[in-house]
Amino acid sequence: MSLDSKVPEGPLTEKWSKHLQDIKLVAPNNKRKYEVIVVGTGLAGGAAAASFAEMGYNVRSFCIQDSARRAHSIAAQGGINAAKNYPNDGDSIWRLFYDTIKGGDYRSREANVYRLAQVSNEIIDQAVAQGVPFAREYGGQLANRSFGGAQVSRTFYAKGQTGQQLLLGAYQAMMRQVHKGNIKYHPRHEMLELVVIDGQAKGIITRDLVSGELKRWEADAVVLATGGYGNVFYLSTNAKNSNVTAAWRAHKKGAYFANPCYVQVHPTCIPVSGDYQSKLTLMSESLRNDGRVWVPKKKGDKRHPNDIPDEERYYYLEERYPSFGNLVPRDVASRNAKNVCDDGYGVGETGLAVYLDFRDAIKRDGKEAVEARYGNLFEMYENIAGDNPYKQPMRIYPAVHYTMGGLWVDYNLMSNIPGLFVAGEANFSDHGANRLGASALMQGLSDGYFVLPYTIGNYLADQAPGKRYGTDHGAFVEAENEAQGQIDKLLNVNGDRTIIDFHRSLGKIVWDKIGIARNEEDLKSAIEEIRELREEFWQNVKVPGDKNNYNKYLEFAGRVADFFELAELMAEDALNRDESAGCHLREEHQTEEGEALRNDEDYSFVAAWEYGGVNGKLEETLHKENLEFEFVELKQRSYK
Amino acid sequence: MSKEMTIHLKYWKQDGPDARGYFEEYTLDNVNEHMSFLEMLDVLNEELMLKDKAPVEFDYDCREGICGSCNLVINGQAHGPKERVAACQLHMRNYSDGDHITIEPPRAAAFPVIKDLVVDRSAFDRIIEAGGYVSVKTGAAPEANSIPVEQEKANKAFDYATCIGCGACVAACPNASASLFTGAKIAHLNKLPQGEVERTNRVVNMVDQMKEEGFGDCSNYAECEAVCPVGISITAIAEMRKDYIKAVFKGD
Repeated sequence: MSLDSKVPEGPLTEKWSKHLQDIKLVAPNNKRKYEVIVVGTGLAGGAAAASFAEMGYNVRSFCIQDSARRAHSIAAQGGINAAKNYPNDGDSIWRLFYDTIKGGDYRSREANVYRLAQVSNEIIDQAVAQGVPFAREYGGQLANRSFGGAQVSRTFYAKGQTGQQLLLGAYQAMMRQVHKGNIKYHPRHEMLELVVIDGQAKGIITRDLVSGELKRWEADAVVLATGGYGNVFYLSTNAKNSNVTAAWRAHKKGAYFANPCYVQVHPTCIPVSGDYQSKLTLMSESLRNDGRVWVPKKKGDKRHPNDIPDEERYYYLEERYPSFGNLVPRDVASRNAKNVCDDGYGVGETGLAVYLDFRDAIKRDGKEAVEARYGNLFEMYENIAGDNPYKQPMRIYPAVHYTMGGLWVDYNLMSNIPGLFVAGEANFSDHGANRLGASALMQGLSDGYFVLPYTIGNYLADQAPGKRYGTDHGAFVEAENEAQGQIDKLLNVNGDRTIIDFHRSLGKIVWDKIGIARNEEDLKSAIEEIRELREEFWQNVKVPGDKNNYNKYLEFAGRVADFFELAELMAEDALNRDESAGCHLREEHQTEEGEALRNDEDYSFVAAWEYGGVNGKLEETLHKENLEFEFVELKQRSYK
Repeated sequence: MSKEMTIHLKYWKQDGPDARGYFEEYTLDNVNEHMSFLEMLDVLNEELMLKDKAPVEFDYDCREGICGSCNLVINGQAHGPKERVAACQLHMRNYSDGDHITIEPPRAAAFPVIKDLVVDRSAFDRIIEAGGYVSVKTGAAPEANSIPVEQEKANKAFDYATCIGCGACVAACPNASASLFTGAKIAHLNKLPQGEVERTNRVVNMVDQMKEEGFGDCSNYAECEAVCPVGISITAIAEMRKDYIKAVFKGD
């Protein structure tokens, strides 16, 4: 049976507005009787918490960082899309919708994506009203730039710190509600278990990361806005504390995990320099507006890039994709970079890098103009890589950046567990098999400010106001015992390999075999290797210190344990999806040009997995949500 | 090829807010020049754990200079010797073979130590809570282009808004003042028409909260500006003081 996405009937353009008219409301005097837990304070979680509180609900907000302002949304650089059409270049809600569906290689839900495009404009209004200092034109109007996968300029930005500014906007809106007493705020708390009573999400168990104390929290609904799982690769552009634990523990309690194999590899990151490397740093995609990507035409050409004349440079994106050039979508740009390096044309010490060159932009617009656009990014590059991008090209290479997969949700952003809602990167919903640049901020804020505040009321309206089971209920006791059991188990192994060492080894398997390109043989061997390493982890991991104290490595141990299970599911999902789509390139299925070749007849579905336990191997059952395209025609993507 | 170095480390250990702290020493060989400062500490912790010694706790997250989690005081300087970078963006190529490095938490009464180099900066949240926002209803806002904002003003507002909330300004200030942090938020919002409306109440509420948290006053040492990883200008403090005096005389 296909999963029910609960997409409303009617024409695409009217689904959301009609749904808003049809869904149930909670009366103002009843709202204060409901309590909603929001886990995570990034764009989705921060926006949702602020919005619920504004509406009159009692909110409890949790984050693992020492302040809500540090959630990883803060690191998003380039911008946020909206269909305002301020530059008058022919943009519209339909075009933003269409670009997003096409960019996602027709593996996302039509109705969700259309809604995303519809509310995109309101996000900009909201952010401006909060005092987000977006870039402006001389006349005082908002400025736009272009991003990958689009032929219009629809991206709003605040230099290279758009995520920071939008997040601070949401954070400030949240702190205003904290001040009013409508949000109870719990930083340095990690969610370890979801509490399900009579089949509905009714609370969570957290660990206080300072005292180590486990705590029980009851609510009428739980929202997870806990980000993506890119750190399963160990090296990614994610923050070091980003993890899958909250989502995975919910999965273990019955929430389906959808499309785990859809992982976006960002084409423009600073390359790896050594084994000690702890993370990778992204250089915003906006740089591809002015930077030209190239490699030397001659293999292993060790000359300084400035000494290589134009005719000996291969501007491979411009040559292969004349209409989009350097602005092809991320999956296409990443695969091309990997291919030229695999073929021996890579540059730098490791040969795993390509050039991103600003010489021509500086010549055309002047150094000042380039500095105004990308100043902070150039500085960041110089700090890390040690050379000056005004004088010589940057070296870049793809790195894991974003995960399109996540917990399965319906049109209301509710998971298959009633009362459990999932927002932002933590859900699977809007980007299909590949996300376009400047769309993550859009989705996080759309979910938080403009979707959840309405759809959660539809659920709460059916819950008796003020009904409480009490945190002494057996489900709370059991969930706390599970959390405690896992912590004790980790501390009792007393092995002799460090957590980071295990994580790094896991990451290498996942990157090599479930990375930019996949094939059946690799995936099968990845599954075996992951199982073996997981087994060893539980026999031989070394977790320092104790549980009743601040203990960062204990936190990591729990998260790595979950990554070990997720990794196997990713391989399983990638193996099961015997087609290519967007970022998921199965080498067995490519067009003659090396593009992802879909199989719409057999794979036009969302793969939603149900957890069945781990016994040496991970047991998961597949459920499908068939994707129906009523309004767009499925095509082979082409950016030529 | 990259260079390797020996580095002599001295770092602060403290079990909790009320425990007595002390320095511990350790010499790390094979420090690669391309490592970030925090990666060097990761390597230190790996070695310590393999020797069954307690790792040193420190705060970090994004490791790209934007989240503001890291706040180490390195050889007496907040975020270390390189100007305009957070500790996570400081690379070991700024050091030489045989160097001695002392690492401490920021020392301020308003930032009590949680463990080792980790401190409690929730006072910053409470300063924002006191008024560091525009009181617009979440969920309803006018068309974004209906109020034009002068480009120069928007740029200025942005410059103040880039504060990452790390607390280096407090660590560097002889008075442990949070004036740069507080002033930056006030100056950011006051520059924009959206924030202008509440400027009087905002400055009073935020400055009062800053005092209540136990931060000292500003005596124009300008140490804060010198260590700020994002280069917030102390003109923020001047603006804050001007507004505060005006607000007080207005009788608000």
